[in-house]
Amino acid sequence: MAQGRASLAPDLFVPPSPVLVVSNLRKTYRDTVAVDGISFTIAPGEIVGLLGPNGAGKTTTVNMVLGVLEPSAGSIGIDGVDLLKHRSDALSCTNFAAVYAALPGNLSVEENLRVFGLLYEVPSLSRRIAELLERFGLVRFRKTRSGVLSSGEQTRLSLAKALLNSPKLLLLDEPTASIDPATAREIRATIRAFAEENESAVLWTSHNMHEVEEVCHRVLFMSRGRLLLEGDPKALPREHGAANLEDLFVNVAREQLHPEPV
Amino acid sequence: MHARRVAAVALRQFYLYRGSPTRVVPLFAWVAIDITLWGFISRYLNTVATPGYNFIPALLGAVLLWDFLARVMQGVSTAFLEDVWSRNFLNMFAAPLRISEYVMGLVITSVVTSLIALFTMVLLASLVFGLSFLAYGMALVPFLLVLFLSGIALGIAGSAMVLRLGPASEWFMWPLPALIAPFVGVFYPVSVLPRWMQAFSRLLPPAYVFEGMRAIVRHAPWQLSDLAISFGLSVFYILAASLFFRQVYRTAVRTGLLARYSAESTA
Repeated sequence: MAQGRASLAPDLFVPPSPVLVVSNLRKTYRDTVAVDGISFTIAPGEIVGLLGPNGAGKTTTVNMVLGVLEPSAGSIGIDGVDLLKHRSDALSCTNFAAVYAALPGNLSVEENLRVFGLLYEVPSLSRRIAELLERFGLVRFRKTRSGVLSSGEQTRLSLAKALLNSPKLLLLDEPTASIDPATAREIRATIRAFAEENESAVLWTSHNMHEVEEVCHRVLFMSRGRLLLEGDPKALPREHGAANLEDLFVNVAREQLHPEPV
Repeated sequence: MHARRVAAVALRQFYLYRGSPTRVVPLFAWVAIDITLWGFISRYLNTVATPGYNFIPALLGAVLLWDFLARVMQGVSTAFLEDVWSRNFLNMFAAPLRISEYVMGLVITSVVTSLIALFTMVLLASLVFGLSFLAYGMALVPFLLVLFLSGIALGIAGSAMVLRLGPASEWFMWPLPALIAPFVGVFYPVSVLPRWMQAFSRLLPPAYVFEGMRAIVRHAPWQLSDLAISFGLSVFYILAASLFFRQVYRTAVRTGLLARYSAESTA
């Protein structure tokens, strides 16, 4: 959970309303069940890792929360707003970065941030862009076309775009894939700091278990469209007889573990 | 409708044009070539046809108006295709952007690009070939409006088709104006068409414009009600095309097509 709340006395602590509430979410394509009735919440300031093997339903879940894929059943609430009924309002406090959704390469770094800043109706946009360029080390690429940036620089740009509107809910689909360890570490620190400062909820998918252990307050394990496990990434492996999170991941992927879905 | 989001869609197109001469040149180069070609054809026809009939306002004027419609359509569809080509749907539609705002941004882009084309054509046709728009009188304004609305409707419908059928289907979209050209009588009166084609012509707003334009040039009687019908039809087609786009978008969200649009499977 968010470290900011740890200092509060237990009797004074009132659990805040979750930023993201996913209830009985289901997605089917004809006979194929991609996501099978999952439910979870993410609290303000909490970073939740969504883990699972390829085809587990992680990206399908992320796409549904982003409003670009309609669920077959269930509901999604973002900051108290029903995504399916008030899509535009719900998405105005959301943002995302994904390894497969690079920003248009034919616009410069600054142009991309300005266009998306307008789309998200960011106030004091020029100042916000300057802050993010500084924060992600992109100042010298301000006028450079995004398409000629290295993959690490493009990832930083995607993250800068994702933080433009200081979202209440941030979705990150493998944000550190294809970047070097030093940059990945910086990015993890930046995201953690952002979540703490803004009390933002973060849903983070990754195949890097060390990263997940370092960053996430809680993890959700998915396999075949269902949530199989949920818990603290540091305690969960021990609880299920695995040496570490990576072994637990492998067990889940091979379905050696057969707990009841959470 | 949020003005800043609409502006974002149009601003993205402005940035693309600003940074790319290869996008700017076609805005006026192709229409200039067309006007030059048909200007000389019209001039030649004036020397061999019955004296007294002027092909410049009848033929060159028709080509100019037709090119205007095509440029309006391409203004919308090219702006849409920029998002297809740069695989930008996920970024755009995961934002709070509404479909109406997106389409309005495309339309604003088209207004600017088609006005550049129109200005180029008018300049060339009047300076080089002596085309006078006074020949059409005040009717020119509603003529242009009907053609503009028709071009927007075609552009939205074509974009919806590409969204539904995948990126490779853009090659179905480009010839859309050519597909309706035989029915609307750009170069000849609709009366020369077979009856079944004439019936189809009555459903197409540009047909009324070109019939009206020829009537004005010949000083023949012309029904103002035809203009009202063509305007009504244009508005109907814009609404129908917008609903079609919205429906295709909803289907794309429901089936997962939008989320995986750039994948090879949709091509």
